[in-house]
Amino acid sequence: MNFSAPPPLNPWTTHSVEVVDVVPEILGVATYQLRFTDPLVRAAYSCVPGQFNMLYLPGVGEAAVSVSGHDVAGDAWLHTVRTAGGVTQTLAGLGIGGNLALRGPFGTSWPVERFPGSDIVFVAGGIGLAPLRPAVEWALDHGDRLGRITLLYGARSPGTVLFASQFDAWRDRGLCIDVTVDRSDPGWLGRVGVVTLLVDRLRPLAPENTILLTCGPEVMMRYVARAALDRGLSAEQIWVSLERNMQCAVGFCGHCQLGPAFICKDGPVFPYDRMAPYLNTEDL
Amino acid sequence: MTSGSPGLDQPLFLPRERLGALISELQSRGYIVVGPVIRQAAIVYDELYTVDDLPRGWTDLQEAGTYRLERRADEQYFGYVVGPHSWKQFLFPPVATVATAVATEAGWNVTAADGRDAPQFAFFGMRACELAAVAVQDRVFIQKDYADPIYKARRDKAFFVAVNCTQAAPTCFCASMNTGPRCTVGFDLALTEIDDGFVVEIGGERGRNVIVALGLAAATNDALRDAEAARRRAADGQTRSMPTEGLRDLLVGNPNHPRWTEVAERCLSCTNCTQVCPTCFCSSVREVTDLDVRQVERRREWDSCFNFDFSYMNGGVVRNSVRSRYRQWLTHKLATWHDQFGESGCVGCGRCITWCPVEIDLTAEVAAIRGDVS
Repeated sequence: MNFSAPPPLNPWTTHSVEVVDVVPEILGVATYQLRFTDPLVRAAYSCVPGQFNMLYLPGVGEAAVSVSGHDVAGDAWLHTVRTAGGVTQTLAGLGIGGNLALRGPFGTSWPVERFPGSDIVFVAGGIGLAPLRPAVEWALDHGDRLGRITLLYGARSPGTVLFASQFDAWRDRGLCIDVTVDRSDPGWLGRVGVVTLLVDRLRPLAPENTILLTCGPEVMMRYVARAALDRGLSAEQIWVSLERNMQCAVGFCGHCQLGPAFICKDGPVFPYDRMAPYLNTEDL
Repeated sequence: MTSGSPGLDQPLFLPRERLGALISELQSRGYIVVGPVIRQAAIVYDELYTVDDLPRGWTDLQEAGTYRLERRADEQYFGYVVGPHSWKQFLFPPVATVATAVATEAGWNVTAADGRDAPQFAFFGMRACELAAVAVQDRVFIQKDYADPIYKARRDKAFFVAVNCTQAAPTCFCASMNTGPRCTVGFDLALTEIDDGFVVEIGGERGRNVIVALGLAAATNDALRDAEAARRRAADGQTRSMPTEGLRDLLVGNPNHPRWTEVAERCLSCTNCTQVCPTCFCSSVREVTDLDVRQVERRREWDSCFNFDFSYMNGGVVRNSVRSRYRQWLTHKLATWHDQFGESGCVGCGRCITWCPVEIDLTAEVAAIRGDVS
């Protein structure tokens, strides 16, 4: 049989989106709810947990931002962004009703299709919880088919715990959450220390039946992976989401290469065994 | 077409004085004919208006860090090897607009480039290594899921007149990369220059349609024999080679080899090698706006992994040292390109050797790493 493949897409095609809501999260971080202006695009667009979009602010530039959720009722896609460079500053200045352009989705997904039957451990650092959130939601939505679901989360300080207001609802849906901070403050009664310690202490743990997904600073993910390996997980059971400079999102511009991988199209989500040698080489 | 046999058709003979008629024929079919011309004491590629624009009677002398033109003893049109230009600049322009944005009452109106205004080029004088380089970039820019509209539109329209090399520069190593010196695939017409004209091979229907208009006779056995001898000179004349066996694993497996530090002491990180390389494809996109930011162009420009800010991310640069940038370039070109595209990113044209201001020779760097390891 002969199936003709659809023609390749134009990677530079964008769609107009409107900022329908802005939810301040922690200091300098907000979640932007973006809805496609064109109802046809709204109906056609979909993405899988872990993928990202290129947000385009004309005259300023583009930023690669992972999708951090989907507001089904409002038909809006959530993007949780730290205000840092020109694009994110301009985005922060737009306000509700603001208009920008978006192209995507791009990249690989968290391995949700492998979740059923396994214990799932999410390990997030700082704003790295945002790209993991759709996978957390997916896991909780399919909780009856999964084993134990755990989130280990590390923040710099008690005031920078992302999505903290959501934690109780997640716990009610069956998520075990353990939080640690690098520096405590007088009101903090929780743990202090790096998030890898939570991996060390995780009980119970059935290493042969666990999938661990981590997102955060690269150095954190390396230590998380090392801790997970020490706990008996194999490198194929560990998944990381990587970040590099991206300008095209489809492997044309060359910026995001790490070893043999284009982070944009071969990632951003990788099984750790594939990237470990390159993550552990300095300046690669 | 069977592999190794350039065409079904019998080769034709194009008398030297009718070379201009082939250029005219392409022009009459609407092609912008681009070919070798002399500019600023180098043979580069630019629009050809007549056959007299060709560098007839000139040759190029090349070595690491050295290039100069010299008169030939004869009047050959294609008696040179390759210069600083490649055809890359016509298919993947150094500056191109990938999208435009216009501010309207209803918000931004963004339009992506669609390639509809792509010029129709005929490339006149492509070498075997250059045909191979185009095939390498095809795999970069025309993929299953996405295709670059600018590259693809230009590529689809382009007509390729190849010219077999009849001499080699000391910097050439296409034979060891399996990309030449014989043009075997990917051309519409392929010429081999002999004393009184050209033996013409036909690569396909499109080439046949053009060449039949010239009403040429079949090449004689003498002409075929002369052409074969001329091509053999290019093969026999190659002195450099790249040891490709096990090369991917050698480079990927030695990111901390001391040679990277050593070469970084010589490398200026000037980007010359990536600019002259016919396969290097890195680019950056810049916003170019009018004064009140109502009209915006997204301008894509060639970039280089040797530029300091190429790996900029989150307030820092990943590849901080010349060592890490040279390692990235060479390892990508010769090793990880295999992982990404199933082939080497190097076609053995030798441009990066010739145009390196400090005479770095990638074949020597590979040999040094191989020698120390094995």
